[in-house]
Amino acid sequence: MAENSKTSPVVRIRDLRKSFGTNLVLDGIDLDVQKGEVVVVIGPSGSGKTTLLRCINLLETYDEGSIQVDGLEVGFRDGTGGGRQRRSDRELARIRADIGMVFQLFNLFPHLTARENVVLGLRKVRRLPLAEARRIAEHWLVRVGLGDKLDSLPSQLSGGQQQRVGIARAVAMDPKVLLLDEITSALDPELVGEVLTVVQELARDGMTMIVVTHEMAFARDVGSRIVFMDGGRIQIHGTPREVLSQTRHDRLKAFLARIELKLH
Amino acid sequence: MIFALQSLPYLWQGLLITLEVSALVVVFSLIAGTILGVAIVYGPRWLYWPIRIYSDVLRGIPLLVLIFFMYYGLPLFKINLTNLASVVLALSAFKTAHIIEVVRGAIQSIPVGQTEAGKTIGLRFGQRLLYVIAPQAVRRFLPPWINAVVDTVKGSALISLVGIVDLMLAIQQVIGRTYIPMPLYVLGALMYFVINYSLSLASRRLEARFAYIRE
Repeated sequence: MAENSKTSPVVRIRDLRKSFGTNLVLDGIDLDVQKGEVVVVIGPSGSGKTTLLRCINLLETYDEGSIQVDGLEVGFRDGTGGGRQRRSDRELARIRADIGMVFQLFNLFPHLTARENVVLGLRKVRRLPLAEARRIAEHWLVRVGLGDKLDSLPSQLSGGQQQRVGIARAVAMDPKVLLLDEITSALDPELVGEVLTVVQELARDGMTMIVVTHEMAFARDVGSRIVFMDGGRIQIHGTPREVLSQTRHDRLKAFLARIELKLH
Repeated sequence: MIFALQSLPYLWQGLLITLEVSALVVVFSLIAGTILGVAIVYGPRWLYWPIRIYSDVLRGIPLLVLIFFMYYGLPLFKINLTNLASVVLALSAFKTAHIIEVVRGAIQSIPVGQTEAGKTIGLRFGQRLLYVIAPQAVRRFLPPWINAVVDTVKGSALISLVGIVDLMLAIQQVIGRTYIPMPLYVLGALMYFVINYSLSLASRRLEARFAYIRE
């Protein structure tokens, strides 16, 4: 039993397929993410990597295949097979509460302070008393280096600071897996480091993460594994060393050349 | 002039009717318009078209026609309402059509990322509406809504045409007795203006309260 729970993945994706109209964006994805792993997904835009991430917490529905988080099918009431019934908003809310997500454009609640942004989910979803919710929120905001910005509104914060609030809001819910969707793409270059440092610390503390990014140095240094996607399929999959050494793979080579391979 | 002053209590009664009708219409249209506005954005497909048609048709009919329809037309269908009820119904139905659009516009002005962020931390639909969308949408909702309220007070003058003694008809009746039209019309205009100007002031206060929200 103990052995079993150690090997059963936190996220288990099987033969995942999804189309937007006639456009097939995910063409049979298989992926397991074990507890404590940081899986970095790279690939050209339009390769389906963001859609893959958004399927995991059902911001996008999927047509075929299966996504299980902690053994629970995300999109449908029962396992695989025909006639699956989609989950209700209420069921989805319960599942999503255990899946953290950080967005490219932060998506902080602009009418709430940094602390209130983090407190909202703890109060209304986790149903914690206000004092405890505030304590947890402050703990995480201090952890991401914003102990002096607790009462600031998002509009009063820099992009890097806003994104760190976004991370605090996600991890404060104590998720089983954290999804990071190009979280540094909208940031000025000098602000990228402060955000990636926070993510690196989370990785070191054993947070299970799936990271879509173009930061190749980050992928190499922090990733347990790298997944290279193109055309809705996983093309290469392995440790950073394995993947980044496959310089003969045409599509990977083209991709790395396009993003001006930043491996210092 | 002395006659005009003696008629002030009478005008006051008319003013109360105007305020009562306006208040009822504002409350009814706010409730109905908000519910239907939320339904048109988030509701199922089969709800969309009926609401869409209602809103478009009602906004395309002159208010006076609607008042006459409710006042003279409903009894033909064996629906007998009091005078006051029939005009409140007409004005509310008309206003609701506008409020639906105001609510829809306010909700749709909120970026979709806000809904997604709400979903991501595990909020249910009602919670997302209450804690994420509404507090932001209210800022977009207020200015057109206050306009609609001011419009309601002004539009309520039309109910005098079916014989309800509101401020407008009270003025006309006093003029009928005293034959001094100008001072009384000016007085009436002033009373409408005072009501609506205080509403505008209140709305500016309210808007200032929500000005801190910036995307």
